[in-house]
Amino acid sequence: MAEETPRSEAQAPSAPPSAAKPAPAAKPAAAPKAAGHGAAKAVPLATLTPEMQQLQQHFGENVIAPAPYVGVLLQDKSRLPEVAAYLRDELKYDSVTNLTAVDYIKDGYFEVVYHFQRSTGGEPLTLKVRVPRPQGNDLSEPVPSITSIYAGADFQEREVYDMYGIPFSGHPDLRRILLWEGFYGWPLRKDWREAYYEGDTKPFDSRWPGGHHQLAEERVPWADNVNYPPGFDPLNFHANPDAGLYDSMAEGVPGLKVATKNGHSESETTVLGNGQALAEDEELRTDQIIVNMGPQHPSTHGVLRMVVKLDGETVTDLKLVLGYLHRNHEKIGERNTWLHNIPYTDRLDYIVGMANEWGYVLTVEKMMGIKPTERAEYLRVLMAELTRIQSHFWAIGFLLNDLGAFYTPALYFITERDLILDFFESVTGSRLMCNYFRFGGVSRDLTEAQLAQVKELAFERIPRKIDELEELLTDNEIVKARTIGVGYLPADRSINYSLTGPCLRAAGVPYDIRRADPYGIYDRFDFEIPVLYGADVYDRYRIRVLEMRESLKIVQQCLQQMEQTKWGDIQAGKKAYNHRVPAGQAYARVETPKGELGFYLVSDGGQNPYRYHIRSSSFINLTSLKEMVVGHKVADAVVILGSLDIVLGEVDR
Amino acid sequence: MAEMVNRPLPTDFPNDPRVPEELRNNVFITTLDKLYNWGRKRSMWPMLFGLACCAIEMIATAASRHDLARFGWELMRASPRQADLMIVAGTVTKKMVPQIVRLYNQMPEPRYVIAMGACATAGGPFKEGYNVVSGIDKFIPVDVYITGCPPRPEALLHSFIKLQQKIEQQSLRTVPWYRPGADDVIPVPMLGPDLVDMRRAEEIRQKAAAAQQPIAAQEG
Ligand code: SF4
Repeated sequence: MAEETPRSEAQAPSAPPSAAKPAPAAKPAAAPKAAGHGAAKAVPLATLTPEMQQLQQHFGENVIAPAPYVGVLLQDKSRLPEVAAYLRDELKYDSVTNLTAVDYIKDGYFEVVYHFQRSTGGEPLTLKVRVPRPQGNDLSEPVPSITSIYAGADFQEREVYDMYGIPFSGHPDLRRILLWEGFYGWPLRKDWREAYYEGDTKPFDSRWPGGHHQLAEERVPWADNVNYPPGFDPLNFHANPDAGLYDSMAEGVPGLKVATKNGHSESETTVLGNGQALAEDEELRTDQIIVNMGPQHPSTHGVLRMVVKLDGETVTDLKLVLGYLHRNHEKIGERNTWLHNIPYTDRLDYIVGMANEWGYVLTVEKMMGIKPTERAEYLRVLMAELTRIQSHFWAIGFLLNDLGAFYTPALYFITERDLILDFFESVTGSRLMCNYFRFGGVSRDLTEAQLAQVKELAFERIPRKIDELEELLTDNEIVKARTIGVGYLPADRSINYSLTGPCLRAAGVPYDIRRADPYGIYDRFDFEIPVLYGADVYDRYRIRVLEMRESLKIVQQCLQQMEQTKWGDIQAGKKAYNHRVPAGQAYARVETPKGELGFYLVSDGGQNPYRYHIRSSSFINLTSLKEMVVGHKVADAVVILGSLDIVLGEVDR
Repeated sequence: MAEMVNRPLPTDFPNDPRVPEELRNNVFITTLDKLYNWGRKRSMWPMLFGLACCAIEMIATAASRHDLARFGWELMRASPRQADLMIVAGTVTKKMVPQIVRLYNQMPEPRYVIAMGACATAGGPFKEGYNVVSGIDKFIPVDVYITGCPPRPEALLHSFIKLQQKIEQQSLRTVPWYRPGADDVIPVPMLGPDLVDMRRAEEIRQKAAAAQQPIAAQEG
């Protein structure tokens, strides 16, 4: 996982030209953080791994150069598809696990960052491509799309387009993904400001020190969290946030009308469908229809919208509309201080708060070069594995809901989950939003009573309940009939789609970050990575049961080994409010119950992340949904979605 | 009807000579309002509708431990047309708010709204986000607000009890849904370059026409 981050000396955060901050325009208060940025110091270049050297040898040093801090830089972006194909076919990096961009406004370019991953494990390979920054709100120069080589790049490229206005040439369906068509501006560009903008970085003067109370609404010109371009006329405007959505789905749908643009226009409606779905000689000619499921639908696990094209009851095409819970984690995260972001990570995938915290804290620790104490390591494992158990209880309960076993199984499992949450609450103070991890440790230790509570759960209650769960479900006729062979996606396709987590392991790929790229102290425990080969909904259910048992094993060992550590020794170094993270970059990830959760962070040496990117497994896992669903009945689409176990907070972020 | 409601209850009812002897222990006299509200408050049908993290606590409230059914509120309907209570459980985003307003418009009167948690109340931890609406009450009227991030299940139960108290206070004579204009729909906001509250459309048009530059956020 670790990309070595250079530990530059704390005093002089050598201003890397590549990680400069936007000039705090006419706001002296932000100035102290920018101190020292003018000093031109050499940016440490990354050390090349053998794979990177091979890449460099093959393409030549003029094409592949070491990048600042980590990875390699591709000098000529038009050769990206070629390089990607070489990475996949020759170097066996079979998935693109993370794809994002950074806006280096001072240096005038965007950097698109790719993390390629081998499904056999090991560290990812970082590849960077630069494009010049355009003027104002314009699109930048295009970057070639790699979706034809790595299917998993599909949503991720769209996200970069949505947030930065970097188009990807050759992308099959390049539309906004988290926002809507017609939104004004590209939010993650450093010179784009949200309506409630108050300063580039927190803490804002209005809040600390000497904070005073002021409603944001009273401060901003539109008296609300909105902003419009000059000359915008809402009374003469044709709003079509879904522009382009149905274009490629129209084949075979009679009379489908779509408006092609979001904007001021007279009539831009065209009829796309032609109703010629089946050959003329078919006996029964059927029309296909398009059905929107969600964003308010009981089976979509939150505010997801599935647009399905149906022939009778069979799904012939599917598209997802995301962003109904897009809460701007990344923009807010780049304004926050390093510490501020910990409670926000709880709200990403809100079922598994503490697993997310670990991912973030791990990345920052990597950059700061600190290690948590022994006892904290054990507490982290304990919390993360209990989180996995309760998340899988939840996932299985709601999968059964989707199968039509309305509520009964879910109620059983929510009861068990509540017991685990009780433990979380007594230790951290909150059931869901635990805010427990700290850089270099955790926030509280366990009391005797809490220890007894968790031991009762780990050694008595939960093992019994997992047995009960299996007895109820694993050999249940209806469950089997509804799930075996449904939602099949073979291993090679799963990898190409960058699928991670239980769904990948149910397709026969033993890929689990805890073993593939170990972090924490997982090497001290005796546990297996369960693998199944069905690649269908049934095995995705079964793998979760197996994983719960393995997690339980870890929890039990953890509780035993923890006795050797010193009580109360939970924080390395002093507790600090204000952290300075040395300039650098890192990508680190953990295995959450949903899959790989990664954080790509860039620091310019200040109190705030310069770039805060979340690689979310729920979001990327959804890329493969279409291939799993097409050909099945619409009722199965719901089940297949349930088997992916997504949480919208993490999908939309 | 107004007369009936206004008439003071006889205080010495058991001794009233007009009531036959054999009925004296079997008849209750109450107001129509009381009866009507008593029935309504114990059988609310919330809409099965969650937005974010708070929805998880809402589900926990509905599950066995906290057991919403004790209040007669357990029948969650997925269709707004069958629901009388919308629990706005989670962050209201700009992309989602047109749907929420539409759902609210589709609910029949009498209808109630609970804003669950910091986000639904005022934007919560994500208030400054560019895709976040600063509280659902910018668009639809809210009856009960609950604090918390997320509110505990007990807090949600508390809000139900508060809402029951509110319902008890209502009178058939004054409730808005029997009055003219009660079925006015709230204009669904539009997703243009940003979220447009159509009730402010004219103001937005004038302001935007006067502006040369984008009216960017001012410096702190
Ligand atoms: S109030 Fe807190 S828990 Fe509720 S939706 Fe908002 S962030 Fe999530």
